[in-house]
Amino acid sequence: MSMKIEDKLFLDRFKVDEESHLRIIDGNKCVRCKDKPCLNFCPAYVYRLEDEDRVSIHHEGCLECGSCRIACTEMNIEWRFPRGGYGISHKFG
Amino acid sequence: MKETFDVVVVGAGPAGIAAACTLADAGVKTIVIDRGEYAGAKNVSGGVLYGHDLAQILPDYQERKCPVERNIVETRLWLLSREAGYSLGYRDKIFGEERKYNGFTVGRARFDRWFAEQARQKGALIVHSTVVTDLLRDEQGRIVGVATDRPDGEVRAKVVLLADGVNSPLAAKTSFRVEMKPEEVALAVKEIIELPAETIDQRFGVSDGNGITTEIIGEITEGMDGIAVIYTNRESLSISVGANLADFIERQIKPYELMEKFKEHPMVAPLIADGKSLEYTAHWLVEGGYNTIPRLYGDGYLITGDSAMLFNALHREGNNLAMASGKMAAETIIDAVKKNDFSGDALAGYGRRLSDSYVMKDMKKYRNFGSFRYHNKEIFGPLPRLASAAAREMLTVNGVPKKQKQKIIMAEIRKEMSLRQMARLLWRGWRAVK
Repeated sequence: MSMKIEDKLFLDRFKVDEESHLRIIDGNKCVRCKDKPCLNFCPAYVYRLEDEDRVSIHHEGCLECGSCRIACTEMNIEWRFPRGGYGISHKFG
Repeated sequence: MKETFDVVVVGAGPAGIAAACTLADAGVKTIVIDRGEYAGAKNVSGGVLYGHDLAQILPDYQERKCPVERNIVETRLWLLSREAGYSLGYRDKIFGEERKYNGFTVGRARFDRWFAEQARQKGALIVHSTVVTDLLRDEQGRIVGVATDRPDGEVRAKVVLLADGVNSPLAAKTSFRVEMKPEEVALAVKEIIELPAETIDQRFGVSDGNGITTEIIGEITEGMDGIAVIYTNRESLSISVGANLADFIERQIKPYELMEKFKEHPMVAPLIADGKSLEYTAHWLVEGGYNTIPRLYGDGYLITGDSAMLFNALHREGNNLAMASGKMAAETIIDAVKKNDFSGDALAGYGRRLSDSYVMKDMKKYRNFGSFRYHNKEIFGPLPRLASAAAREMLTVNGVPKKQKQKIIMAEIRKEMSLRQMARLLWRGWRAVK
């Protein structure tokens, strides 16, 4: 019954830029990061756990809240807004 | 851009547009730059707007067809435990009559777009799909314009008004505001749930375009310092749940799972039953309060609204503070234009206007409210749990004498917190809002 995050993001309107506006600065830091808080606090499931403890970015569904910029304990995320007009466009807001 | 302006406004939200309307009315040459596909495309709030502050900018906002969802006639407060809860509501006829539109719900994508259109009609230039990436300075360090992500994207102006919201990498980059710490913001997720207008009328006991707001605290945020709300729109409900970002990090809780649990609460589920989710968004709320307000003006710039940390968390007021501060910033700029002086000294009237108004007075009054909540998490766990347990015991008719029931309740309470702790909590709470 409970709605999955993938289905929630599917409701939104995105104009996806090919180039990601988010970047992990040093992937090895993520491997060593024990808690990996981004996997949980990110409301858009942008950060996902891959093999060998690596973290991948799925910027297409980013809701642009800014949390990962300040909440990454390693300060390992380079963050900017998507290019003008790209990213999410709220229908209701 | 070759053209120069008197004012560049960064961000087409309530603060920026309120300023643009006021400036354009006075004939000040104004450009508003927004990163969204249209004004409002990136904006979201709980959803209540206040007529008083909007009328200060546009006295005829109703005739201008402001996209109102529902006029608020009742405010409910809920204190919830996991499977139960208290409800307290205040409904007043006056809010449906003489004081209609004291508060009303809006969808910000629609409202901000409409608001920006009013500014455009007054003569402001609104540019969308453009990110302001930096501020331009002269040799003396005065702000003289902005850089954008467009080719040839520099825009020069006599003064820059920063109205780019709580999440401002620009403010952090240019050190106009120290970058936020996780404990200084709340992260909220919001869902719009579609329901027929009649169903909403029935479920909330309203009619004639009226509606209800419900503000909720309790175990729904799993002990985190947070809040949830349910607001009625015309043909949908706005459901939001959020908590302090530092708490999310510490507790390793997923915001969207928190939302799903909230939707399943026995007091929430019947209200949204058979509704269809239309949109899912996330946004920060300013939590830092008065103590984190940055320097609000200087040589060639002013800061307004959420970017200035102007947000009253207790009374869920933000867009009114944004509109009021945007208007005061604009009035200050109009004075500066007359004197042709855009130095920090010339813009000091903005600080004075804010201090003399309800904006700064309220910010000061509640300066300790955020810290009180953050450091007294009993409010989001033990307190609602015990309150529910007490009501459940007293309301269960089972042949046990009431005196004995009271003893059972007191014993339950003492297991979690001493009476002294409870008294201290209430005292601190009172002090934080008195």
